[in-house]
Amino acid sequence: MKRYFSRKLLIYILTLILAVTVDWLIPRFMPGNPVQIMIARAGLKAESAKLVYSEYMKAFGLDVPIWQQYINFWIALFHGDFGVSLWLFPRPVLRIIMDAVPYDLLLLVPAILISWFAGNNFGAFAARSKWLDNTISPLGYVLTATPYMWLGILLAWALGIVVHIFPFSGAYSYGLMPSLSWKFIGSLLQHWVLPFMSLFLVMFGGWAIGMRNMIIYELEADYSHYLEALGAPKNLVRRYAFRNAVLPQITGLALQLGVIVAGQLVTEIVFSYPGLGYLILQAIQNHDFFLLQGCFLFIIIGVLIANFAIDVTYVLVDPRTRAGMTGEA
Amino acid sequence: MQQLKKKNEMLYFAMRNTKLRIGVIIVLIFVILAIIGPYITHYKPRDYVAPGPQPPSSEFWFGTTSFGEDVFSQFVSGLRATFIVGILGGGMGTLIGVLVGFTAGYRGGWLDETLNMLTNIVLVVPSLVVLIIIAAYLEVRGFLFESVFIGCFAWPWVARAIRAQTFSLRTRDFVDLARLSGMKPLKIIITEIAPNMMSYLLLVFILQFGGAILTAATLDFIGLGPTNTVSLGLMMNNAVIYGALLLGMWWWFIPPGLAITIVVGALYITNVGLDEVFNPRLREM
Repeated sequence: MKRYFSRKLLIYILTLILAVTVDWLIPRFMPGNPVQIMIARAGLKAESAKLVYSEYMKAFGLDVPIWQQYINFWIALFHGDFGVSLWLFPRPVLRIIMDAVPYDLLLLVPAILISWFAGNNFGAFAARSKWLDNTISPLGYVLTATPYMWLGILLAWALGIVVHIFPFSGAYSYGLMPSLSWKFIGSLLQHWVLPFMSLFLVMFGGWAIGMRNMIIYELEADYSHYLEALGAPKNLVRRYAFRNAVLPQITGLALQLGVIVAGQLVTEIVFSYPGLGYLILQAIQNHDFFLLQGCFLFIIIGVLIANFAIDVTYVLVDPRTRAGMTGEA
Repeated sequence: MQQLKKKNEMLYFAMRNTKLRIGVIIVLIFVILAIIGPYITHYKPRDYVAPGPQPPSSEFWFGTTSFGEDVFSQFVSGLRATFIVGILGGGMGTLIGVLVGFTAGYRGGWLDETLNMLTNIVLVVPSLVVLIIIAAYLEVRGFLFESVFIGCFAWPWVARAIRAQTFSLRTRDFVDLARLSGMKPLKIIITEIAPNMMSYLLLVFILQFGGAILTAATLDFIGLGPTNTVSLGLMMNNAVIYGALLLGMWWWFIPPGLAITIVVGALYITNVGLDEVFNPRLREM
C-alpha cells in the first residue's frame, strides 16, 4: 500500500511541476507577446508605448534573466500570488478564483456523485434483462455522445424559454446579493437545476453503459457460474458481480475527470454560471492572461486532489491494494 | 484457406449484427452529406444571402442566422470539418498510443518505467484545459493544428491498454520462437504481435475518432477553434453569443449539436457491434 501511494504521489507531484512549467512557459514562448498586445490595444504613440513597455516589463518581472523568472514564478505561487487581473483590475486573481470555486463545487460534486450512483445502479439493473437493456442502453449511448454544451443549450431553451419553469442565466437572481437568507438559497437552487441536469444526464449515460457492460462480463466469470451451480439465488450472484464491477467504475471516474471538467466549463458558459468556466471565457475575451493562467493551475490542482481522493477510496474499497497484491489501479 | 474461411465468418457475423449495421449506415449517411453537401448549396457558409433571421424554408433548408447566413451551408461545411478533425485527431491519438504502448510493453525495463510515468502524467492532466491555454495565446489558429494537438493529449488510455496486451503476448511461445529465430524486435511487433490486436486497434480508433470530435466541438464552442473555417462547435458558439435562444431561433443551434450527437452515438454503437463481431463471447445467440 505504501508503494501504491508513493507511486501515485510521485505522479501527481511530477504532473504539478509540469503543469506549473507549462503555465510559465506558454506566455513566454508563444508567438505574440501579451504585453505588446496590451499596449497595442491601448493605442499609444510610439515613444510613450516604448516607455510603457519597459515599465510593464519591470512591473511583471520580465526584465530579469529567464531562469530567475522561473524561480520567481514558483516563489510567487507559494505565496498564493497569482498576479492581478486585467479584466477586473486591480483585483488579485486568487480572490476572483476563490469567489468562483464554490459555484463550481456546488455544481460539480453533486452532479458527479449522484450520476455515478444512479448510473451504476441503473446499468446493473439493465444488464441481462432484455426489455430494459433495449431501452436503457441506446439511451445511454445517445446521452454520453451528447456534447455537454448542446444539452445545456437545449435545456435552457426548452425549460427556460419555451416553458418558463427554470431560470437559465446566472447562479442567482440579479436583484439579490449573496447572503444567508432563505430567499437567496431558494434562488440559488432554482438557478442550479438546469446546469446540474445537463451535467447529470450526460454523465449518467456513460456510467450506466459502463456498468451494464461490466456486469455482463462479471456474470460470465467463473465465480458467478460456480455460485449459480451451487444454486445461489440470482440476486445474490448479481450482488457479488456488482461489487466486482464497481472497481473499474471507480478507476473510470478518475479517467473521466478531465472530460467532466471540460463539460463543466462549457455548461457554465451556456448558463453564464459564475464558476471557473465563465471566468475562462471572460479571461479569453478580455485578454486577461493572468486570470487564464490562474484558472489553469487551479483546475489542475483540483483534478489532482480529486484523483487522490479517488485513490484513497479505491484502497478502502478494494482489499487487494491494501494487501499489496496489485501495484496499480 | 484457413485465413479466408475465418474472414468469411467475420463478415457473416458483421452483416448479421444489427448494432453494427445501424451504426455504419448512420455514419455513412453523414459522411455522404459532408462530401456532397457543399455542392448542393449555392452559398458559401459566411455569405450574406438574405436579410435577417428566417425560419427554415424551401429556399433555406435550415433557415438563416441573424446575419443572413445560410445555416445549411454552415452545417455541411461544419460537418466536413468535424469528420476531418475526427480522422486526423483520432488517427494521431491512436498512432501515438500504439507506438508508446508497443514500445513500453515489448521493451520493458527502464524504458517501460519512463513511458509509463509519462502516460500516467498525461492521463491525469485534463487535456481540454491544456488545449485552452495553448490556443488562447495563438492569434491565428489552423485547422490542422487543432486536430494534431487534440491527438497529442488523447493517447494515454490507448497506450495503457496496448501496453498491457503486448505484455501478455510477448511471453507467448510463438513470440519466443520468432525471437529465437533472430527476428528483429520491430518485425516481431509488426508480424507477430500486432496482428493479434488488429480488431482491438480498430475499436480504439473508432473511440478516439468520437472523442476527438467531442473535444474539438468543446474547444470551438469556447471560441478557441480554427479561425479560418466554420465548425459545428462554432455555430453553437455564435448561436449562444448572438441570442438565438432568446429569439427562439431553434434552427440555428439544434442542427449542429444534433449532428454531433448522432454521429458520435452511431460511432459508439458501431463500436459495440464490432466488439460483438470480434468477440464470440459477447454475441447474442
